[in-house]
Amino acid sequence: MTIEPRKPPPQFAFWLKRALGGRAGWTGFILQILFVAALVWIGYEIVENARANLQAQRITSGFGFLNNTAGFDVSQSLIPYSGSYPYSRVFLVGLLNTLLVSIIGIFFATMIGFLVALGRLSPNWLLSRISGGYVELIRNLPLLFQILFWYLAVLSALPNPRQSISLFGSFFLSNRGFVVPKPIANPGLEPFALALLAAVVISLLLRRYARRQLFESGRLVTIWPYVVGLLIGLPLVTALVLGAPVTFEVPELKGFNFSGGSRIIPEFVALTVALSTYTAAFIAEIVRAGIQSVHKGQMEAGSSLGLHRGSVLRLIVVPQAMRVILPPLTNQYLNLTKNSSLAVAIGYPDLFSVFAGTTLSQTGQAIEIIAITMGVYLLISLVTSAIMSFYGWRLGRSLNA
Amino acid sequence: MNRVSLVLTLAFAAALSIEAASAQTLKTVKDRGMVSCGVSQGLPGFSSPDDKGNWTGLDVDVCRAVAAAIFNDATKVKFVPLSAKDRFTALQSGEIDVLSRNTTWTLSRDTSLGANFTGVTYYDGQGFLVKKSLKVNSALELNSASVCVQTGTTTEQNLADYFKGNNMKYEVIAFASADETVKAYESGRCDVFTSDVSQLYAERLKLSNPADHAVLPEVISKEPLGPMVRHGDDQWFDIVKWVLFAMVDAEELGVTQKNVDEMAKSDKPELKRAFGTDGNLGEQLGLTKDWVSRIVKAVGNYGESFERNVGAGSKLGIARGLNQLWNKGGIQYAPPIR
Repeated sequence: MTIEPRKPPPQFAFWLKRALGGRAGWTGFILQILFVAALVWIGYEIVENARANLQAQRITSGFGFLNNTAGFDVSQSLIPYSGSYPYSRVFLVGLLNTLLVSIIGIFFATMIGFLVALGRLSPNWLLSRISGGYVELIRNLPLLFQILFWYLAVLSALPNPRQSISLFGSFFLSNRGFVVPKPIANPGLEPFALALLAAVVISLLLRRYARRQLFESGRLVTIWPYVVGLLIGLPLVTALVLGAPVTFEVPELKGFNFSGGSRIIPEFVALTVALSTYTAAFIAEIVRAGIQSVHKGQMEAGSSLGLHRGSVLRLIVVPQAMRVILPPLTNQYLNLTKNSSLAVAIGYPDLFSVFAGTTLSQTGQAIEIIAITMGVYLLISLVTSAIMSFYGWRLGRSLNA
Repeated sequence: MNRVSLVLTLAFAAALSIEAASAQTLKTVKDRGMVSCGVSQGLPGFSSPDDKGNWTGLDVDVCRAVAAAIFNDATKVKFVPLSAKDRFTALQSGEIDVLSRNTTWTLSRDTSLGANFTGVTYYDGQGFLVKKSLKVNSALELNSASVCVQTGTTTEQNLADYFKGNNMKYEVIAFASADETVKAYESGRCDVFTSDVSQLYAERLKLSNPADHAVLPEVISKEPLGPMVRHGDDQWFDIVKWVLFAMVDAEELGVTQKNVDEMAKSDKPELKRAFGTDGNLGEQLGLTKDWVSRIVKAVGNYGESFERNVGAGSKLGIARGLNQLWNKGGIQYAPPIR
């Protein structure tokens, strides 16, 4: 009599059951399928119903409007734009303006936030009180109010273009914004840029070499004179040989406004200042919490090694604090980006203002435009948090190493 | 602003999914006991609330007249203040029954928005307001100027056309509400404020020193302003259309708020038709026989409403001009009630 080996259980079905149903087994699995199906059905009904009713009322729908001519102008655009471009171009212009104000806002918010946090933790009584006062004042006032304050109270107090404040006869500050000379490329620009790039690359390699020397054989190599020489000398030599890389077009008052030069519009300044100072107050608290979460023994250990306060913070405390700081910091970055849609109150042409505002009311296609706008803000937020997660992952890896 | 548009859009989607293009506006209005009327956020002469919250103005009178024709009570109106950019969504979503908010009649608005214009309450055109101290006498001298404009208006597009057509450069700063636009103009952010001429006169009153500002002579566009209703309800469309016609016809027939009761007893055939002593024209509209006298008692005829709100009897003091009746040199003309 032979004994048949017992058949192994169907592995795949088992795996599927575990993966989808969890502990509940097949019942859970079926419930989940039903739930997803119900969601899909509800979504389909909403879309279908809206579509049918839009058609019944003969409201234009679909995305064809994106190719129609916009016919209105925008005060600030990073890409060439005029009223004869289509709405899709308006969308791009608005998107770039939103990204511009968000990225610059995030940069300044982080800088100010870290400085205020360090100031608040500083042993200097006056500095820590001023920083504390800043945080309490700024974070307790509504953001829209602060934007309007910077726009209406501060920038409107500036003189009109004919009486603008002039620096060296080429920088002008007025209620039309800040006008600066515009660089215009000369033939010498390319070699100049290449020389600068080469200097940067060589400096980085030098730094790497110096660090390796320090960590492996404990030798402290002084590289900064070489770095300074490279960064200034190399481009300077090319400029002397090939002539100035750029010439500047100096702005001139013509008629109502300045012509020539580049202009930073006051709406942009007001929005950036308001967003970055506001978000900085929150970032300062996050950074302070992060630094205080690092055991004070670390600080004492650093001091006993003979490092001064700045180095202890930079090399020992902040890297450890970053783990705590990072997730709430990402939240603040996302908030700043989303808050930038308040631009509509002061006429800064961001995505919300030119696309979900002007374009919407000119085409009347509310559903499509609001859907696109929501999708874009969602995408910007997801990309931001993906970048921050990647940074967090690298940070965690280097701290655990 | 953001929230308002989002809420409106959601309401829009919700309304669309609940009831299909409802042809029941009159019934809905009667059940509710109120006409829901979209107006501006405060434009003197056209629609603005006084210190007690009572709305007055030419656009407001249209809604009051509709309420008077239906309920014989001009106070049964719920006014919904809307920004230029939120107005159409509010109408599409069913939030309001009539949009009477100095809105320019254009082809694209008449077709793609799912709404219809019912007539012209005011023939307007776009102009420019400047500070007198700039010593500008013509819009053609505005090269390189900064221009403040309200977003979501035909004004914004006319502006682009005008400057492009005359080969002039300009900087546009677009704001969401009229108040913000005027504030920016007053603070010196722009040299020029552009809008419909009637609106320029109205907004000038809000400036701290109206006499320092002048409206330039050029009128660069046609802006026929009128009320709008949703597509898909012809009865409601007819009612709103004929309420305005009745106001204009009343002026032509010489019916005023004061003499309306006497005129109602007149033997003239056209007056008998209008007042419903002969035939049942009002009932054909879905209203009552005495609809015209209800309207005139409540808000007066077109001319009275014009003079009281924007004309000589108001702070604006705008001349009748194009808005005079067709037989007195203007172009206001209504089909006959018969």
